Amino acid sequence: MSDQPKLTEPLPSPAGAVPGGAGLSPRQRQTISRGVQYVIFVVLVALVVSLADWAAIREHFLDMKVAENLFPEIFTVALKNTVIYTISGYVLGFFLGLLVALMRLSSAAPNRWVALVYIEVFRGLPAVLVFILLGLAVPTAFPGIRFPFDEYGVVAIALGLVSAAYMAETIRAGLQAVPKGQMEAARSLGMSYSRAMITVVIPQALRIVIPPLTNELILLFKDSSLVFAIGVTSATSELTKFGQDIATEYADSTPLLLAGATYLLITIPLGIVVRRLEARQAKAR
Amino acid sequence: MAHAVEIRDLHKSFGSLEVLKGIDFDVEPGQVVCVIGPSGSGKSTLLRCVNLLEQPTAGTVVVEGVELTHRDVDIDAARRRVGMVFQQFNLFPHMTVLQNVMIAQRRVLKRGKAEAERIARENLDRVGLSEKAASYPAQLSGGQQQRVAIARALAMSPSLMLFDEPTSALDPELVGDVLTVMRKLAEEGMTMLVVTHEMAFAREVADRVVFMDGGVIVEDGPPAQVIGAPRHERTKSFLRRVLDPTHTDV
Repeated sequence: MSDQPKLTEPLPSPAGAVPGGAGLSPRQRQTISRGVQYVIFVVLVALVVSLADWAAIREHFLDMKVAENLFPEIFTVALKNTVIYTISGYVLGFFLGLLVALMRLSSAAPNRWVALVYIEVFRGLPAVLVFILLGLAVPTAFPGIRFPFDEYGVVAIALGLVSAAYMAETIRAGLQAVPKGQMEAARSLGMSYSRAMITVVIPQALRIVIPPLTNELILLFKDSSLVFAIGVTSATSELTKFGQDIATEYADSTPLLLAGATYLLITIPLGIVVRRLEARQAKAR
Repeated sequence: MAHAVEIRDLHKSFGSLEVLKGIDFDVEPGQVVCVIGPSGSGKSTLLRCVNLLEQPTAGTVVVEGVELTHRDVDIDAARRRVGMVFQQFNLFPHMTVLQNVMIAQRRVLKRGKAEAERIARENLDRVGLSEKAASYPAQLSGGQQQRVAIARALAMSPSLMLFDEPTSALDPELVGDVLTVMRKLAEEGMTMLVVTHEMAFAREVADRVVFMDGGVIVEDGPPAQVIGAPRHERTKSFLRRVLDPTHTDV
């Protein structure tokens, strides 16, 4: 810069650059900034480690005697129920979501209104409230009603209703991402609107939305913990309820930590699958 | 003899924009009619009205004696007899070439699997692509995709074929293969309505050339007349722009 004394206008500097650092090259500035970030990180970790009461943590979170009581039921009952709740809710939510998405794009205005109201209501309500309404309010309002498969039915329907609202919006975006020419080509071959949708448009749309729909599966897996709101027996309890019950019994938090680890056992691999699918789609574009 | 296509006083507006301003026009069985004209003249809209991909604002469209614009007509049934080839091919990307050519036969005409496959392979052979049956559209060149699209339409045994600028999206060196297939089809006696910018093809293959501008038919006659010796000033100026090598940017 010194060989250009006539250049009096200061160069536009990146946000946050100190005026005193004008003599540094962008690379030097980047190195300093990164160094500062590392120092902050190390200080924070050191702070947490030094402030924690390690003896108490070992006693209340890593008590092997308590942990022994969790096996094998943590897998054979709790994880099994969590998976059943999640999958039944997901399957229900998927088909309901697909229906709502198609209604949202319908040429008949009442269909669109119903779909929109549905999405707004079930996306706006806390999931736990839907569980309570379904598990407690509905049986009171309709005394004769009995859900199929008891708790399993209630949970599947509650999770289905909530996830359908989210999946409907995702699937709608997928349907709209399929080029118009696909529908036109199918119609020009004599297919009806619904035939063209089923054969040509929906398969392509679903392919587009596989990653976000897998994400929804992860969210639902965690939401299945809300089943505690309707009160379940020990036979139908899932991971969170299971961990909580034993934690209360022994006045120890180890079961909660193990229940959490069991969630991650499923959600982390699913997360990896989502990232793989996304990468594959990005490459195919 | 009944017309293959009979269009009377056809109007089409998109909002306040009137694209077709009263079209009267017939196609006879076995005829090849090329529609030419500047972009925005309404020629693609006219073609899309023939199988009701666009709903006309007013007027009637009769194909093979069936009035498509009539309220009670089964449009899906009527479209089976009219094949359409698009500028962007519009092959189904999630199906193989063979499945593309079979799917409508199976789902619409309810043909058996063996019969649909036999007819699909016959038509792929007709467009010179029998060896690509197992490929996916994305693995083919634009010209190959367009020929598959032609085979897909032909497999429905249509009595009329509509071509909407079938070579406009192709690299120049791939145009020839598609035109060769279309020329062969014309020689076999297929009734064809072709929107195109390929003047050489129109001159050589068409029985009639229709020049459109501003939503109306300006000139309609044999190619030697419309392209060779145009009477109207608008046709002359369009052809000058298309054919003059210093204006090849059209």
